[in-house]
Amino acid sequence: MQGRAVNGSDEILAVDGVSVTLSGREILRDVTFHINAGEFTGLIGSNGAGKTTLMRVILGLLTPSAGTVRVESGSRGRSLIGYVPQRITLDPDMPLRARDLVGLGIDGQRFGLPLPSSMRRKQVDEMLDAVDATRFADSRVGNLSGGEQQRILIAHALISHPRLLLLDEPLANLDIGSEQEVVDLLARIARQQRIAVLISTHDMNPLLPVMDRIVYIANGRIATGTTAEVVTSESLTKLYGVHVDVIHVHDRILVVAGRREEALQHGGNESIVELV
Amino acid sequence: MFSGLMLTAWESASIVAVVAGVVGFFIVLRGSAFAAHALPNGAFAGAAGASLIGVDAIAGLAVFSILGALTIAALGRRARHDVATALVIVVMLGLGSLFLSMTTEYAPEIYSLLFGEVLGVSSSELIPIAVIGVVAIAAVFLVYRPLMLSSVMPDVAEARGVGSTRMEVIFLVVVALTTTMAVPVVGALLIFSLLISPAAAARSFTNRPFTAMGLSVLIALGTVWSAIALAYLSNLPIGFFVGSIGALTYAAGRGWAGRQRNRGSTPRLGAPGRSAARAQST
Repeated sequence: MQGRAVNGSDEILAVDGVSVTLSGREILRDVTFHINAGEFTGLIGSNGAGKTTLMRVILGLLTPSAGTVRVESGSRGRSLIGYVPQRITLDPDMPLRARDLVGLGIDGQRFGLPLPSSMRRKQVDEMLDAVDATRFADSRVGNLSGGEQQRILIAHALISHPRLLLLDEPLANLDIGSEQEVVDLLARIARQQRIAVLISTHDMNPLLPVMDRIVYIANGRIATGTTAEVVTSESLTKLYGVHVDVIHVHDRILVVAGRREEALQHGGNESIVELV
Repeated sequence: MFSGLMLTAWESASIVAVVAGVVGFFIVLRGSAFAAHALPNGAFAGAAGASLIGVDAIAGLAVFSILGALTIAALGRRARHDVATALVIVVMLGLGSLFLSMTTEYAPEIYSLLFGEVLGVSSSELIPIAVIGVVAIAAVFLVYRPLMLSSVMPDVAEARGVGSTRMEVIFLVVVALTTTMAVPVVGALLIFSLLISPAAAARSFTNRPFTAMGLSVLIALGTVWSAIALAYLSNLPIGFFVGSIGALTYAAGRGWAGRQRNRGSTPRLGAPGRSAARAQST
């Protein structure tokens, strides 16, 4: 386990010794990592490595077979974890404006009708402004582009002032421009609002400039620390259990594994495969 | 046209329209049209069974539609209900045909279960219809926010403690209640039309959810009122008018939405300026 509280700040998320076994198959094994307020953490791994499972455990939707997950408790009544799910399809004909979806983030779980109030409106306006979404606030949310919807979902997740923000593959299906915009936005929010951001992706490269900590997941196990500590041939070879090369090309990182275990893992037949 | 018998018809049809407008909004939003088709069919079999054993039709309608709702919710997996819904229809229609073969009722009675008999509603039936209608609307308003969240983003709702299955059960029971109060008035086939067309048309006219729900109620009211009036004047069946007016309003909605979209594609002046002004003021 890596050292906790790198900068001596408060700990938001503590995942300790978490294992998950689903229908006899071990998905996660002894996963331990901690995240502090204001930290931007990348959860990196290829498809099927267990990223979504780990997110579901943190959200409390899945009970681990061993280990504990602790989320720093905030003031009462506020939802502690903001969540942006993977791939979401919103009906373009749905009579729901972007601002309505953000408003549901305030109190969507409560009973009764949402009564309009100037305070509520102000809160939504400020949130829309914070994610640069004021321009399309009154458009149907299903009609927005992928990048615009991503901003609205982030606003929905943030408006209840969570301490921890989880995003499951938020960069998938975004063009390179929107990808960088969303990453910058999240990094800014993490710093300014002292929120711990945990973002899962199969490609770490867009996150490299802003990532404080990496949780690299493979074969249900993780390696964690700073990018420089984790993304090395030595540490990833240990994690994958076979030889792995880490190649730096310009400002990008390629992780490449040899044939044998790649064939074991995915049944692939390429001699050299980029893992992440 | 507004005599005693007709007055009851106006009243009962109006109650049904208001409830159908509210509940229909969420049926269209959730994409539950198939369930809205299945439950009235199940209810129809219940009414046929009730007449066979000599109990009140409303009781048979309630039992069968709620059983149907719970079955669909129980068999459906991860918000996929189409096969479960189809099976419910098949079983219920099978039972319905069995009950009909055993009953000695005249054909017009059965016909009225399918196509409704607005003029056949007695003033004593008005009370249970109104009570069930109020319960259905109150239930929708009570769960409005979590139901909306769960309909739009089930995963996020789950993470916030709003269970999809729980919402599904609650909502299908509301649809079952709507069915129970509506089938004696407008029939199993026409309630389907009233649940879908007004709500589908309404969402073309506005992008605000609550406005769309209100508009859905108004369109449903307009549909049944004009259908009754036209049927009275022309002596043609009400069902014909309900169905065709529903289709017309939907077409009008699509036409309106298409026009708005064309207009919206030209850049709107002023909008960027507003956001810039707001950015500066904060």
